Amino acid sequence: MMQITRQAIRPDELRARLNDPAAGAYASFEGWIRNENEGHDVLRLEYEVYEPLAVTEGEKVIAEARAKFPILHADCVHRSGLLEIGECAVWVGVSSGHRDEAFLACRYIIDQVKVRLPIWKKEHYADGHSGWVNCERCATHGNG
Amino acid sequence: MSKTLTVRYFAGFREHAGLDRETVSLDAATARDVFEQLKQRHGSPEPLAHCKVAINDEMADWSSPVEDGDTILLFPPVAGG
Repeated sequence: MMQITRQAIRPDELRARLNDPAAGAYASFEGWIRNENEGHDVLRLEYEVYEPLAVTEGEKVIAEARAKFPILHADCVHRSGLLEIGECAVWVGVSSGHRDEAFLACRYIIDQVKVRLPIWKKEHYADGHSGWVNCERCATHGNG
Repeated sequence: MSKTLTVRYFAGFREHAGLDRETVSLDAATARDVFEQLKQRHGSPEPLAHCKVAINDEMADWSSPVEDGDTILLFPPVAGG
């Protein structure tokens, strides 16, 4: 399930959704707000999400992961609104019989979520400026 | 033939155009035509290849046809995660 929320992401609570007696592995990814980007001191970050399409596109990504890898369950939650340094911006969790497919599916989901969902982030810098982050840059510099 | 379209702008596009939506009358066959004509009007700095488009809340391609009455959503480069 793909979910957009304005509330704090609580991975321990989300993980419980993936419980399954057949699961021998669980892999997760959390993206956190970092205090710098490309030499700029970042104070906070603002996510804009076009929720109707972010949800449908995220559901497609999860369905693709389920088709590609023999996993049991997969969920993704992404924040919207204003986030402070250290907060969790995105969480992906996957449970499966064995670890290989859990790692692979988790990686697939976060990589696709970053490049396909209509989500934008604006960084607010210590010098008072702000700017929209371009994902081409994220990809190049391994952001998040 | 001119088509009446609702165009919605997001994030940097909204700030650049100074509005979040507008109704336009364009002689446009595809989503690409819409982007290019509005780029001239608003002067967007983003290359089309880095942007995405949706039509009536469905992700679309730049070659997708646009019809009279459609809502076109123009997305600047995305940056989730």
